[in-house]
Amino acid sequence: MRALANEQQIGRQRGHRARALSFALALSLLGSLAFAPIASANFLTLKHGGSPNANQISSLYNIILYIAAVVFFVVAGALLYSVFKFRAKKGAVAAQVHGNTRLEIGWTVAAALILVALTVITFVKLPKIINPPNSSTGGLVLSASVTQPTPPNGKKVTVCVQGRQYIWRYTYGNDCLNNAFASKLPYSYQLMVVPANTTVILDIQSTDVVHSWWVPSLGGKVDAVPGYTTYTWFKAPKASTPQRPVIYHGQCAQLCGRDHAAMTAQVQVVTPAQYTAWLSRQSDLISKANAQVTQLRAILTAQGVLSSNGNL
Amino acid sequence: MSAVTEHAVRPVPERALRPAPQVTAHEIVTPRRTKRWIDWVTTTDHKKIGIMYLVTTFVFFGLGGMEALMMRLQLSEPNNTLLSGETYNQLLTLHGTTMVFLFVVPVMAGFGNYFVPLMIGARDMAFPRLNALSYWLLLAGGIVFYATLFFHPPEAGWWSYPPLASIQFSPSGGQDAWIFLIHLTGISSLLGAINFYATIVNMRAPGMSWGRLPLFVWAILVYAILLIIALPVVAAAVTMLLTDRHFGTHFFDPTAHGSPVLWQHLFWFFGHPEVYIMILPGFGMISEVIPVFSRKPIFGYKAIAASTAVIAFLATLVWAHHMFASPVPIVVLGFFMLSSFLIGVPTGVKVFNWIATLWRGSIVMTTSLLFAVGFIAIFVIGGITGIFLAVFPVDWQLNDTYFVVAHFHYVLMGGAVFSIFAGIYYWFPKITGRLLDERLGKLSFWVMFIGFNMTFFVQHALGLSGMPRRIYTYQPGLGWSTYNLISTIGAFILGVGIVLTIINVAINYKRGLLAGPDPWKANTLEWFTTSPPPVNNFDVIPRVRSVEPMRDIRRQIERQTGVSQKTGGSERFARM
Repeated sequence: MRALANEQQIGRQRGHRARALSFALALSLLGSLAFAPIASANFLTLKHGGSPNANQISSLYNIILYIAAVVFFVVAGALLYSVFKFRAKKGAVAAQVHGNTRLEIGWTVAAALILVALTVITFVKLPKIINPPNSSTGGLVLSASVTQPTPPNGKKVTVCVQGRQYIWRYTYGNDCLNNAFASKLPYSYQLMVVPANTTVILDIQSTDVVHSWWVPSLGGKVDAVPGYTTYTWFKAPKASTPQRPVIYHGQCAQLCGRDHAAMTAQVQVVTPAQYTAWLSRQSDLISKANAQVTQLRAILTAQGVLSSNGNL
Repeated sequence: MSAVTEHAVRPVPERALRPAPQVTAHEIVTPRRTKRWIDWVTTTDHKKIGIMYLVTTFVFFGLGGMEALMMRLQLSEPNNTLLSGETYNQLLTLHGTTMVFLFVVPVMAGFGNYFVPLMIGARDMAFPRLNALSYWLLLAGGIVFYATLFFHPPEAGWWSYPPLASIQFSPSGGQDAWIFLIHLTGISSLLGAINFYATIVNMRAPGMSWGRLPLFVWAILVYAILLIIALPVVAAAVTMLLTDRHFGTHFFDPTAHGSPVLWQHLFWFFGHPEVYIMILPGFGMISEVIPVFSRKPIFGYKAIAASTAVIAFLATLVWAHHMFASPVPIVVLGFFMLSSFLIGVPTGVKVFNWIATLWRGSIVMTTSLLFAVGFIAIFVIGGITGIFLAVFPVDWQLNDTYFVVAHFHYVLMGGAVFSIFAGIYYWFPKITGRLLDERLGKLSFWVMFIGFNMTFFVQHALGLSGMPRRIYTYQPGLGWSTYNLISTIGAFILGVGIVLTIINVAINYKRGLLAGPDPWKANTLEWFTTSPPPVNNFDVIPRVRSVEPMRDIRRQIERQTGVSQKTGGSERFARM
């Protein structure tokens, strides 16, 4: 009997030590979580600031975060309280309760009501996320186009985004979707240049596997699926200045092969004047490069390296 | 409606005072004619098959865990060159496929195999030889898949989205091995599911009506039904992929008017029920463990059983929430947001009921309960982040990022795996006749709990900072480096925690304290027989009068003998 009691006492001491250890470990966890946000931003919030749709998604996210935090603390609080409060003690008897219909209906309805509220909030916010606004005054003045989606006044810049293993190609021009290669539209790879305060519509396609277009600060991601065209838009308020370049980073978000990690995208926002200048310079560079290729082909054909139809 | 029952004052009918069976089962010793390993290979005993399932799936769990650690090492710092993009993609495909098809789904079949017949008072599964076939098909699937390690493992991820998984972009046979893995494990699970269904519907003990079925058995029943609904769809889809790859069809080929989105629909029509296939048996284990160690009946038995069925029904209606960024009309997205919200209600009901079961209990904090409580805490976070992902505009930002990785690891690693560990600590004494070490178990829990949260909590922040999933490296200066380092350290702590339990099992498998038939003073029939149970499980199958037949039996014996039943080692756990 005494041996047993002794053993129990030792057991209890060991229990205390284990509890102290577990508290220490929990503290270290909390510590690492508390210091992590200092390391960089976006610990609990979404990236935004580059476009109204990204901002709207971010504020929708924040509303859900507040509701979620309340739900979490209530549920976790009840769990912790019951675990600490209702430990087995001498003489304590567990309440033999099988259920409580009123309570159970109550929390089912409460959970449903929270979700109804979230649904309403989402659908209230939705139009501002999916429908592009007009370009602001001071934005680029453009002709109308029939491609979806379209701001109310129909004026927008269209950029065709083509995903391929493992680079993004951008073709600039309202007609880019129909003839991305045939027409002499300016294009660029990896770095997209867009005018500020202007509604930019992206027509997204893929030439090989599924990719996903995503620049977090400019809005949500859109898959680039071969055989489909998908659309998104953004409207960046700030243009680059020589001191502060405005460049938003993003990358392909859908596994597309071995160099998926290298399929990055940069979007540089410039003033409308700089944008038109950049476009014509880009066209110039492309036609010069094309001229060089034609010249080289002519030389190689003359030398007999290429046959007359341009093949090796 | 008052649901409080007073046991002390209820008159005892004369009939109930018949002598309670004292010897609950006995081992029939037959002279051994064959070698031990032949016993195992040729067995049709549900308990041996269950053990083989558990051991095999834990081997795969170890392999999948090592793959995860290698990926975490690669991501621990920016521009790391430990692994190439090719190897990383192979590892992520192996890890995902292993954990889903070779660990979580079949480990639940392992628990189900061992405990469903015992819990419903049956002597075996309905189709014992089919049961053995299920196991061997699972093993064959695992071997076919892991044999690719010596050739060329698949690298298109566990969703294998075409065109990436089609022959042009994945020419290696690894992708075909993946298809055969889906077929073999699929047939294994399908046969197992039919077997569970037939067993549970037909072989319950006398008196065990649907309202007295243990909640774990309810969960396995619904798990089986979901498998029967979901698996033929993925079997068809991978067959279409196979014919696309080798026999000239173009189901998913966009260059011949096929549609890659068709694959996504078919795959996720299977894939989302699969999530509930993985977690519902875990819910069932939690619903068994919590009342036993709270010394209280489960709160809202009917609500928990019904919510299991409702979750299963809704699980077939939510698949496209995996495809919010795919070319799908907005109205469809709205529908799938609402259906995904709906599934939050029955899941919430379960959590509330578990907490209400703990409430005003007399809680004995064993390792098993510790894992169950840890499960609830973690699962609540995983459930809440699921609501974020169901809101499709928010999902446009979060989909395919580390936020999603964090979410489903909270649900599957923190959810399913923690419930599996609760189940291991709870049922190990029944399987082996010996108790696991409680102190080592608790240490294992705390190391796992801390390691888990360290690994995956910061991954929410990684996703919010714009890190997509499945990238094998990243540049410095994006705000991802610190989070990734924390996550990697956490992953190794988590690994240590899991190893502690494996050590615990290895030590106590032969040397642990003897458990006796009912060490926990539990509620269900598996504790009515010896530990480990004999081949025939029970000599006498008692008449079941409530959800807690073992409690009734203990009470009956106490009334007849006038002394409190000393069962196994339960007194050791009276005050912990």
